Amino acid sequence: MVTHNIRIHRHSIRPAVVQTTPPLPSALRSVGNLLNSFLEWFGELGLFVWQVMRAAVRRPFEGRELLRQLDELGSKSMPLIALAGAAIGAVLALETRSSLVRFGAKSMLPAAIVFSIIHETGPVVTGLVVSGRVGAGIGAELGSMKVTEQIDAIEASGVNPYKFLAFTRIVACILVLPLLTVAADFCGVMVGWISSTLVEPISFLKFINQGLAGTSFSDFLAPTFRTAVFGLIIGTIGCFQGMRTQGGTEGVGRSATSSVVLSSLLVILADVILVKLILVFFP
Amino acid sequence: MMQPEQAVLAGVEETGISPAPESSPGKSGAPAVILQGLHKSFGNQIVLDGIDLTVKSGETLAMLGRSGTGKSVLLKLIIGLQQPDSGSICINEQEIVGLPIDAMNQLRKKMGFLFQHAALYDSLTVEQNIAFPLKRHTKMTENEQTTRVKELLAGVGMEAELKKMPSDLSGGMQKRVGLARALALEPGILLLDEPTAGLDPITSGEIDELILKLQEEHDMASIVVTHDLHSAKTIADRLALLHEGRVVIEGTFSELENSTDQFVSEFLKRDS
Repeated sequence: MVTHNIRIHRHSIRPAVVQTTPPLPSALRSVGNLLNSFLEWFGELGLFVWQVMRAAVRRPFEGRELLRQLDELGSKSMPLIALAGAAIGAVLALETRSSLVRFGAKSMLPAAIVFSIIHETGPVVTGLVVSGRVGAGIGAELGSMKVTEQIDAIEASGVNPYKFLAFTRIVACILVLPLLTVAADFCGVMVGWISSTLVEPISFLKFINQGLAGTSFSDFLAPTFRTAVFGLIIGTIGCFQGMRTQGGTEGVGRSATSSVVLSSLLVILADVILVKLILVFFP
Repeated sequence: MMQPEQAVLAGVEETGISPAPESSPGKSGAPAVILQGLHKSFGNQIVLDGIDLTVKSGETLAMLGRSGTGKSVLLKLIIGLQQPDSGSICINEQEIVGLPIDAMNQLRKKMGFLFQHAALYDSLTVEQNIAFPLKRHTKMTENEQTTRVKELLAGVGMEAELKKMPSDLSGGMQKRVGLARALALEPGILLLDEPTAGLDPITSGEIDELILKLQEEHDMASIVVTHDLHSAKTIADRLALLHEGRVVIEGTFSELENSTDQFVSEFLKRDS
């Protein structure tokens, strides 16, 4: 009887002891689950990239579909990119002027605008705007095709969807990003000059000469072509998220959102790494 | 479709010899699809638990069963959209389990698949949908493709809808276009996933008649997944009933009707 009473007593104490410790295993479990799903996502991404690469080297090379995607992702993004570039040019001209005037370096305004646009602002803004427009578009389009079995129908008709749908879009993104960056840079510099000349008239030739003074071709080339990497990221993430969509229209929405969020984050991360690499290779 | 079988059964009464169900004229081709010991699970859920089936050229097999018994999965395994956990799938005497993707794509050209919701490419017109496999797998000129598309659409009674988008079509019309697309490359094997699901009885009847007409014209091996017992009875030479991952019974409609198995009787009674 005594033993029995002791047992009961122990039972009555235990819950109190347990109540003080649950946050630790629960938190650990959450971290474990998070890590597990991250590794799972990363593994699936690796498998997806491998399948796209394997499909890419086999005939047919889907030239017609690639051209269609260049038009869809490139030409149709041009107005938005031009507008974004123009807005950057205007904001930079207005913001930088007041700062430079304060430090008595007003003559540096064209250089500040041009250098800032072609070196960093143009490429990054292009990457982010395209990841918004194109990333969401690809994620939603492929997601919708996935949930309505259109991707299965493509596969069932003997066409490799990794090549026809994914490879063409990824290559199109890689090719159009540098071109769109040039367009954004051009619009930014033009509107930067217009904004500057509205405040204090300056000829376009003088603005450009001052802007490009002390810059070399590599100052333009390396930052512009690093956007090809942004294109790779946007295309890959958009296609990957789209082609793994599950759960009907809600799933399509999730794919579109995750495509934008992930590609934007990865574009920013890649920008940091690429800026460092460019500084190393093109000092 | 049941008429030749009725003739065969009449012959049985006269001679007293039991013929094989597939002995009807034109249904004795070489095996087009052979499934052996097919297993498929999703997580802990066993969907197919040892399926053995054979479908010969020119023959139509209807797959019946309750929802979620793996009928559609079976079709996707046959066309290689999913891989079985174990077992063998032979298409035209070629094993497809573990077949490299290029070889599988070659084989898929000989198969047509009608998806449950037609799965038409919604950014393409009806004409472009049907021309899609022709563009990819044939060397036809644009004019030849257009002619072939018109032929196929005429075959399903949709020749007037050439330039329409899939979203402008009704469910029955989408199924017809899907069927025309599945037939574009003149396949030897036709897989139909619930061709009459969600359609009114009149449209279902029209689709059944269309399938019968196409089978007569093309002499394909067909596997039809359906819940519609009337449709199965109309278009199929044989029926197979799936339950708990296995084929409970396989045979002609009258053989199923005469079965003493409780599940079979219940299924037929409920569906009829």
